Order: sequence, then structure tokens, then C-alpha cells
Amino acid sequence: MTETPSVLVIGGGSTGCGIVRDLAMRGLDVTLVEKGNLTHGTTGRMHGLLHSGGRYAVSDQPSARECIEENRVLRRIATHCVEMTGGLFVQRPEDDDEYFEEKLQGCRDCGIPAEVLSGEEAREMEPYLAKDVKRAIRVPDGAIDPFRLCVANAADAIDRGARVETHAEVVDVLVEDGEIVGVEVEHGEKDIGIGNGEPGTREKLYADYVVNATGAWAGQIGDMAGVEVAVRPSKGVMTIMNVRQVDTVVNRCRPKGDADIIVPHETTCILGTTDEEVEDPEDYPEEGWEVDLMIDTLSELVPMLSEARTIRSFWGVRPLYEPPGTGTVDPTDITRDFFLLDHGERDDLPGMASIVGGKLTTYRMMAEKISNHVCEKLGVEAECTTADVPLPGSEDFSVLREWMDEFGIRSPVGRRSAQRLGSRTDDVLGGWDGPNPVVCDCEAVTRAEIHDAIDHSGTDLNAVRIRTRSSMGNCQGAFCCHRMANELIHDHDELVVRDSLDELYQERWKGERHALWGEQLSQAMLKHMLHATTMNRDGDPAASDSNVDFAAFDAGETATAAAGTTGDDPDRAATDGGREGENADS
Amino acid sequence: MPIREDVLVVGGGLAAATAALAARETGKSVRLVAHKKSTLRQASGLIDVLGYVDGDGPRANPYGAVADLPEDHPYGLVGEAGIREGLRIFDDAVGDAYAGGHTDANALVPTYGGTVKPTARYPESVAPGLASIDEDTLFVGFEGTTDFSAPVVAEHVVAAGVPFAARGVTVPFPKTFRDDARATRFAKALDEDEAADDGGGVRRALADAVAEHLTDEERVGFPAMLGDDRDAEVREELADRLGVSVFEVPTGPPSLLGLKLEDRLFAALDEAGVRLSTGNPAVGYEADGDRIEAVYVDRKGKNVPYHAEQFVLATGGLVGKGIGSDRERVTEPVFDCHVPHSEDRYEWSESEAFGGHAFARFGVVPDEELRPTAASGEPEFSNLRAAGGVVGGADVAREKSASGVSLATGAVAGGRAGEEA
Repeated sequence: MTETPSVLVIGGGSTGCGIVRDLAMRGLDVTLVEKGNLTHGTTGRMHGLLHSGGRYAVSDQPSARECIEENRVLRRIATHCVEMTGGLFVQRPEDDDEYFEEKLQGCRDCGIPAEVLSGEEAREMEPYLAKDVKRAIRVPDGAIDPFRLCVANAADAIDRGARVETHAEVVDVLVEDGEIVGVEVEHGEKDIGIGNGEPGTREKLYADYVVNATGAWAGQIGDMAGVEVAVRPSKGVMTIMNVRQVDTVVNRCRPKGDADIIVPHETTCILGTTDEEVEDPEDYPEEGWEVDLMIDTLSELVPMLSEARTIRSFWGVRPLYEPPGTGTVDPTDITRDFFLLDHGERDDLPGMASIVGGKLTTYRMMAEKISNHVCEKLGVEAECTTADVPLPGSEDFSVLREWMDEFGIRSPVGRRSAQRLGSRTDDVLGGWDGPNPVVCDCEAVTRAEIHDAIDHSGTDLNAVRIRTRSSMGNCQGAFCCHRMANELIHDHDELVVRDSLDELYQERWKGERHALWGEQLSQAMLKHMLHATTMNRDGDPAASDSNVDFAAFDAGETATAAAGTTGDDPDRAATDGGREGENADS
Repeated sequence: MPIREDVLVVGGGLAAATAALAARETGKSVRLVAHKKSTLRQASGLIDVLGYVDGDGPRANPYGAVADLPEDHPYGLVGEAGIREGLRIFDDAVGDAYAGGHTDANALVPTYGGTVKPTARYPESVAPGLASIDEDTLFVGFEGTTDFSAPVVAEHVVAAGVPFAARGVTVPFPKTFRDDARATRFAKALDEDEAADDGGGVRRALADAVAEHLTDEERVGFPAMLGDDRDAEVREELADRLGVSVFEVPTGPPSLLGLKLEDRLFAALDEAGVRLSTGNPAVGYEADGDRIEAVYVDRKGKNVPYHAEQFVLATGGLVGKGIGSDRERVTEPVFDCHVPHSEDRYEWSESEAFGGHAFARFGVVPDEELRPTAASGEPEFSNLRAAGGVVGGADVAREKSASGVSLATGAVAGGRAGEEA
């Protein structure tokens, strides 16, 4: 007779998406709100490493054990989001032998499969490693696509009855009688994103329990509720290369330091990263020296990086947290563990818990623990099954067939699509009616895949981008941004197409600015010429307030001849018959 | 026998061709050395002279707008006479293939992005589509093409306030190709009037497919893929069958209009007796004091000297790789001419995608003779001139002046090189 308990989750990153799926699977009535796109915050701005745990095997063994456990789980339930590249911890001659031994022992202590390779063996695996690399430890690191992972979690939750609202920013936490009872959100002005909120309106969402899974933004939600959540946002830069210089995750085997990892990711490699505390998770300097540091330092491991082409750089903020009184000065020393702050117990304000800290690799385990907590609070008895039930797209990953004949597309394109879509390939490609041309050449994304993404994310082309990788390749959208936008015309008017295009174009530019030299500067100029010169998007009369005096422009030779005979009209510039030396306008 | 000419032009695009033709008009022997295909295949095929000054426009009169440009703009050096000379050489070279020379006014041409843009010369096939012509328009796109969406173009053009009504429809091309066939494939089918899926010719089948949608419109616009070698014939047949005029909307790469322009320019060079050496890059030079003696061309790893009295550098800008860069600096790779730039590479660009980027103006600094200058302001070499994208100081993308700058600087640099050789 009781109603289904309701839960509201704030934050559409990996943790929030993991929680909403978990609770939906346990039969709760659950809603997720996210102020931007899914993965808009920290999740979408990470280097995509699926940790083996090796990274923490010396400094933080409990985290290392969790990582290897979850690494195995994700390989099982999220096959279409994971590429098992393997990883190396590489020792240069100047790196400490003792630390190398500690790392190896640490891996073994934590149950992480670890094997020592000689320098020669390591170079056999990765030919571009520096010639003087001494030796390496091989571990089961991998690459994971955080976008695909979050989308799969959210999609599964929606299928199980959850409500997911993107572009819905929390503007207030509702407190009644000393208890948190919900939040007020503001839906974005434009009708973009997923969910059914009315654009530009505010909405109060009530729930039996609220989970603040906003990571680096958790302090801001805390402020709205009147509780202190002292997150320490720490920024890190990541630089994206235009090709995969390595096919294995390459880590520097030394205690800690900036610029010590290269993660192969889809068609690219991602160089990371720095660790520097910032005041505001939204507003911090993005500086050129950080990019240079990535290239210069990681060139010590892979020398060709110093001359290689980068396509953009981006920064993310870690939601670091440590319990009050620990007093750690250096953010790299702060634990990567996560903390659940029950505001009832901690601040005498029941109805909400905040989650801070943690990392993507263990997102599911975190979600499980938090969901256990929520169920306990609500008196629900339901088992967690997220470690066993595959995500949508990963149910049956035997779909890598010969796609060329099947769907009338060239086979490399089909293969890439199938890698992204996993077991949904048949539905998406096979369900498409009509021609299915490639829209994004760099990443081999076809029209069917674009429309599938639009169906799930609306007119927000950045959301289409993260689902498909369209516009994320070498050309950074030069050849495909407008093609992606054109696909919206089937269901929307031209103004929507234009706005969506402008937004995507600007977003692509933001990161590309950090890669403007050499080949990529040349590419950026070509992009600028195509969009500004050939299309005239920067001088677009449709976007300008002033009216164009069309009659002052050339209307062709015949029109001019006709107009020329009607006498002098000062408004007509095109009436001089082309006599050289005369200035028609003056 | 060493290779020796009066004038050597390095580059293969619009500026190089213009410079070579201008030099040849002085009666001297001219050779053009070009590396790869030019960037014309990526350009629209339109000849823009000047449409905006500092974001203000579109301007109907390009010559009137020149006065508002900063003094160090290349147009300031060559003057209106230089621009007109460039256009004259262009008009002579392309003949009837381009229109627009009958007036000083800019034309407004619908673009495949849906906007209209100011331009000085336009291919004959584009002429019936000008935005100032008050004729209702049907834009037609094809199902498999993703670059050109006819409904987007039509609605957008209307939003720009054009003096006519416009609609867009998408039809299947009457012959089935691979789903993402290139523009060149469509063009070939129309050129050859290949058999459509229904057995008849594609031209008739296409006209039939479009006729179904045509109501009161007086003209029909297609993406620029209406034939290659026999484009005029294709358009004429479609126009006859439809009973309205037919035009092309310039597209991005691969741009058939750009490719055709390249062909025409090379034919004109050939006709004028310019010697052509293509396929190998210029990699360096030999000088005697401030005089260049020869340019080295890398042929299969071997440096071959090309001697001349006078040299024109027309290797293009950032896109054509006439201007290079690394994390530290911006360079001109053949002669290492001075290219001014900030030491902080973050000052090379703006945070707004369509901002007034410094990189868009990168290039060598010409003196009044169009000789690239060193940081001191003195000419780098006494017998080297520069033309086109390698010349800095113009924001050709925002101004819509890329072709005009190439033509004007090409004409002046080539002409003077010829006179002095």
C-alpha cells in the first residue's frame, strides 16, 4: 500500500548515472538532474583510463584493490565502453629502482596481475618508447569511454522507469521542518537535452531522499542546503594527440609527478596530467605552459611526441576531499577514496547525502555503496545487481561482423560504428531507413548513428558529439559540424539548426585553441576559411540586426543592363555597366 | 644546362598563376614551380575582393570599402589600380566562365551554409542564383549529401531577408551510388548522362524528380555538382526541361567550382607560354648577398636549382603551408622571411571562434614593391616579391578578400618582377 520511495540524484557524471541505474534496478522511483549534458563536469574531462589499480599500488592499496575488482566487473558489464589495451609502468634510467620494486610488490599484494618486461621487451610492445627505457611492469590497464558509459547507465535507468533531466540546474535545495525534501531546478532556456521539463521554467522536485553526486560542485549544493562540504577541486590538463603513438597505456614508474601517463583512446592518445588545487571548479586558468609540460615531459618516455600533432587540450577538475583535520597540503597526496557524507548524522539535516572523492573506475562500486545507504535510509530491502547485468550495448558483443553488406556501408565505417554501439548496432544501423552516408569522416560516424543520438539527446549537438564522437577527430568539426546540424532540420526549424551549430562550433574551438601550431594551426585556418569565407557564417546577414540593401548589389548582367536604361537611381550600385575606373557607390 | 628563366614563381594557386601571367605579359620568360595541388579545391570558386571591413558589411562597393582598411593592408600597398589589374588578368584568363565584371558592385551569392556572401566574380553557373535577383527559388538537395541541406539553405536565405521566397526539397538522385558518394561522382553521372535507375538518362530523370516539387518558382538551385566537363550542357538541359533557370550553390571541399578554376588557370598559363614544373616542393635557395640566384626544388631527395633574375613567392598562407609554425614561432619555410607574431602563442588566436584572430593575418611584411621585409623594415632580398596568402596583414576570412588579395598582389608582384627581369 505504500508508494514507491522516491530518490532525487543531483549530477549526471559517472557517479550520478551509476546511482540512478542502481536504484532504478532496485525498483525505486528515481530522478536524475544535471545542469549540463551527461558527463558535463568531471567525468567528461578525464583521460579515459580504466585503472588496473597499479597506479595506487604503492600509495593507496585499498583503492588499488577496488580498482582491479571493478576493472574486472566493467570488462564484463561494459564491454562496448572498454578497450583492454594493457598498461606499462615504464622505468627510465634516472628513475628509482627501489620504487620499481615497491610498485611490483604492491601490485602483487593487491592481486593485480603484474609482469616485468625488459626495456627491449617493452619496446617490442611499444616501438616508440625511448631507446633508454630500462624496464617496465605490465598491468591490465585499459581505456574506457566515459561518455558511452554514462549514456548506457542513464539509458538503462530510463528503460527501467527513471526520469533523467539534462540542462536542469539546481537553484535551490528545499528544506521543510528541518529536513531536506527536494530541490528546485531551472530548465535550460532552449529546448535541448533529454527529459520533459518545460524550457525556461523552474520546477520543484520532491523526493524522499536526495543524493548530491555533483563532485567538485558538491560544496555549492551544500551551500544551498546550509551545510558545509569542503571539496578541494584540483585541476588537471589533458592534451589530445591526432593519432595513437602508443596502443598501450604508458605510465611513468615513479612516485608521483605531473605528466606521467599516456592513454590510447579511440583514434587518439591522451596525455595527462597535472594536479593543482583551484578555488572555483568552473573558473580557473587554462595555461599554455601546462600543455608544454605534457609534451616535454612525456617526450622523455615517447620521444616522437615532441614533434607530434596535438588536436586540442582540455582541463578537468577532480572532486578531491579529505575529512576535516587531515591537513594535507599537496593535492597529489589527498586520497582518491570517496566519502559519503550523511547530512542527517553529520549536520542534523536529514534527507540528503553528499558523495565526494572517488574515481571513474570504481563508479559502480561507489554507486552500489551509496544506493545501499539510500535503501537503508528508506527501509527498502533490495539487492544490488549492477555488477552482473550488462549495460545496454554490452549484452552480446559478438556483433563485429562484416557490416559492409549488411548495412550498405564501407566496412571500416561499420566496424567503428559497431565498436561504439556494441550490441545496439543492429538496432541503430539496421533500423535506419534510407541512405546512410558518413557524416563525420574522421571518426566514421554515419547518419543513422547521428539520428540515434539525436533521438536520445535532442538538439544539443554537444550531446550528439559525446555519444558518437562526431567532430572529435583531426579536423575538429571543420567538415562535419554543419553536417551534424543539417540532420536536425527533419524535426526542427532552421533557427534551431543554426543555434545548435554555433554552440557546437564554439565548443570545438575552445579546446582547439590550445593546439594552435604546426599542422593543427593549418587545419584551424582551413576550418576558419570554410566557415567564415566559404559559408560566411561570421558575417551572416540573417544573424545581424541591420537589413541588407539587396538592390545595391549586383543582380547579374541582364538585370544591370535593364536597370541601366531606366536612368540614374542612387540606390542602385550595379548600374555603371562595368566601366572601369568609376566608383558606383561614391 | 641549368634551368634559367627571367622570372620564377614559386606556388601553384591563384596568386602564383596571376603573378606568372602578369610577368609573362611583360614579354619575359616565366616558370612556375608548384608542389601539391593548390588549395583551390578547398575554396568555393568565388572571387571575393572585399565584403566586410572590421565586421561591418556586407559592403556593396569593394573599392569604396578599401579606404576603410588599415594602411598596412596589402590593398593599401597595391591600391585600387592593383586590384583592378588583378581582376583584369583574371577576367582575361577565365573568359566567359566567370561573370561579375560588368559592374563594380559586389554580388551576393547564397552559400551552402545558407547565408549570402559578397563576392566580385562568380562562375557562370552561379549567376542565375544571385540574391539580388527577385525570383522565387527552389533549392534542391540530394538524399545522400550531408554538406548541403536544401531546407536549411532555403530557410536560412529567407532569414537573411532576401527579396524573394525560397523553399528547399530533398530528392533522391535518380541513380543509386554508394551512400556517401562524392560530388564528383554525381557530376560525372550528369556529364555522361548515365543511365538512371529507371533506365533513362539521369538528366531527364533528375528534371522529372524536381518538376514534381516545382510550383511557382522561377529558378532552381542545386549544390555545385551539376557536371564537370559538360556543365553548361547539363544546366541547359535541366533548365529546358524544367522551364526555369538553373544555378549552382558553391560548396566546400572537394569543390568542383574550385577545381574547374584551377584547370582554367593552368590552361591560361599554358596558353601564355608559362613553363610549368609541378609535383616537387621548393625547399631552399642560393643567394649572392641580397640577391637570390636560384631556388632549390627537392626532386626525390636531390636539390635541383631553378635560376632566375626575379622571384615571386606565392606559396600560400597557413592552409597552403606557405606559412609554417611550431610551438615557439611562426615561419616562412622557403626563404625564412620575417613573419611578425607574438611570442606567446595564446595571443595568436581569440577565444571567440569567429574573433579577429592574429593567426588569420600571419604572413610576410611587404614593402611598397611587395618585397618581404626583415624585422628592420629593409627588404629581405632585392629580387624577391611576395603575393597571395603568404603576405600578411589582411584578415581575408573575415573580410572576404582572399581571392582579391591574391589577384592584386599577384598582378603587382608578377608585373614588377617581369619589368625588372
